Amino acid sequence: MGQTITEFIANYGELMLEGTRDTLVMTGVSTLLAYVLGVPLGVLLTITGAKSIWPNRPLNTVLGWIVNIGRSIPFIILLVAIIPFTRLIVGTSLGVEGAMVPLVISAAPFVARVVEQSLADVDGGLIEAAQSFGANNWQIVTKVLLFESLPSLVRGAAITFINLFGYSAMAGTVGAGGLGDIAIRYGYQRYEYDVMLVAVILSVILVQIIQSFGDWLAKRIDHHAR
Amino acid sequence: MIQFEHMKKSYGVGADAHEVLHDVDFTIHDGEVFGILGSSGAGKSTLVRTINLLERPTGGRILIDGVDISNATGKELKALRAKIGMIFQNFNLFQQRTVLRNITFPLELAGKPKAQRVARAERLLKLVGLEEYADRYPSQLSGGQQQRVAIARALANEPKIMLCDEATSALDSTTTVQILDLLRRINRELGVTLVVITHSLSVARNICDRVAMIDGGNIVEMGETAELFANPKSDILKALIASAEEQNGRDEDEDGTPVAPAAGAAENEEAR
Repeated sequence: MGQTITEFIANYGELMLEGTRDTLVMTGVSTLLAYVLGVPLGVLLTITGAKSIWPNRPLNTVLGWIVNIGRSIPFIILLVAIIPFTRLIVGTSLGVEGAMVPLVISAAPFVARVVEQSLADVDGGLIEAAQSFGANNWQIVTKVLLFESLPSLVRGAAITFINLFGYSAMAGTVGAGGLGDIAIRYGYQRYEYDVMLVAVILSVILVQIIQSFGDWLAKRIDHHAR
Repeated sequence: MIQFEHMKKSYGVGADAHEVLHDVDFTIHDGEVFGILGSSGAGKSTLVRTINLLERPTGGRILIDGVDISNATGKELKALRAKIGMIFQNFNLFQQRTVLRNITFPLELAGKPKAQRVARAERLLKLVGLEEYADRYPSQLSGGQQQRVAIARALANEPKIMLCDEATSALDSTTTVQILDLLRRINRELGVTLVVITHSLSVARNICDRVAMIDGGNIVEMGETAELFANPKSDILKALIASAEEQNGRDEDEDGTPVAPAAGAAENEEAR
């Protein structure tokens, strides 16, 4: 405590930089992969609904269960519980790679719900219009449902990213590093409050930037009157 | 030619089954403007949707140009729908697509090359008087302009039949007349058969060659428009005409639409 800014940067600058990088890589890649799994899941949840274009009650129910189960397991428990699976996929349960597997697994069901919500907002009249021009279900999904809800999907992606940003703090448990891990190790366990504070401030700034960027992008691509 | 042969439509199965169209049996000829007049819940929307199988008949059959389409699926269904354009009360334009890309949408579905799509869309924009609006988005247009875009989109595949589902119900009276004029022009110049669903007597009177009155899922009467309205037989049509005449005392009919088409009504509308 009581050190100058120059001293702080000399002592901890590299740590902070590394933490920021780890957090962004972990969160960014996990968000991306969670979308690779979550979008098809969300689309299936939507179109298998009773009044949608491909009603299938059993499939809809089973998918609903999977998503709900996935969403109800606390992340820290999932993180530990799937260690064997994580090893199978990335060869290790430690570090940034080791953390990304549980992050993706925990975020995918969340993404599915966020995507489902976005698609639900697409006017049913547009689907009917597309059908009247001979669109098949694949064309309706890609050219109507996903395309028309793009701005809403972007907003959802910002929310997902920020959620995973928070989860990634817990990934420190498996030695994944990142800003959250720094805050916990230095502040909570070693009482180095200035290190904790800087890590937290950096986190706040990053979250602000991501949310603002998401809002800006969604607004920019949205042509719907609101 | 569209032939309904003892066509029925019900929802649900077994004890829950609920029939909404009973034994519909009539023919719409090529090149005519055929009106289906009825109040909400009469079954007119369902009826028109059986023509492009957005609703599948549960009894009888429908023939288009002599071919039974009732059970069309897959490619056959796609081809059928491409031949039939459709416009809607709420326009149903894609909000995230420009006017041009709305019009090219049916051609995109059909896998037409881009240059061809754009060329066709530009011709259609000219036809509906919106050449300047290709790069706008629907939210930047007035209701009448949006319906013009929807009409252009419905014509993209050069259909022989166009279904109009309460196409002017969301529009004010002046705009209604302009849209009806445009539809009439499309019928005359392009020879497109129009099937017009409406609850409005004046719309039927303004544009339709023949009208079928539908009530409670039954066609209660049908005939040449002028003749039918001069000599109504069903109680429902008599009541409709009486209430329209009552309101004519106030110079307007039941939904505020002038009865006579304003000749050469101004085609240009201000954007909102």
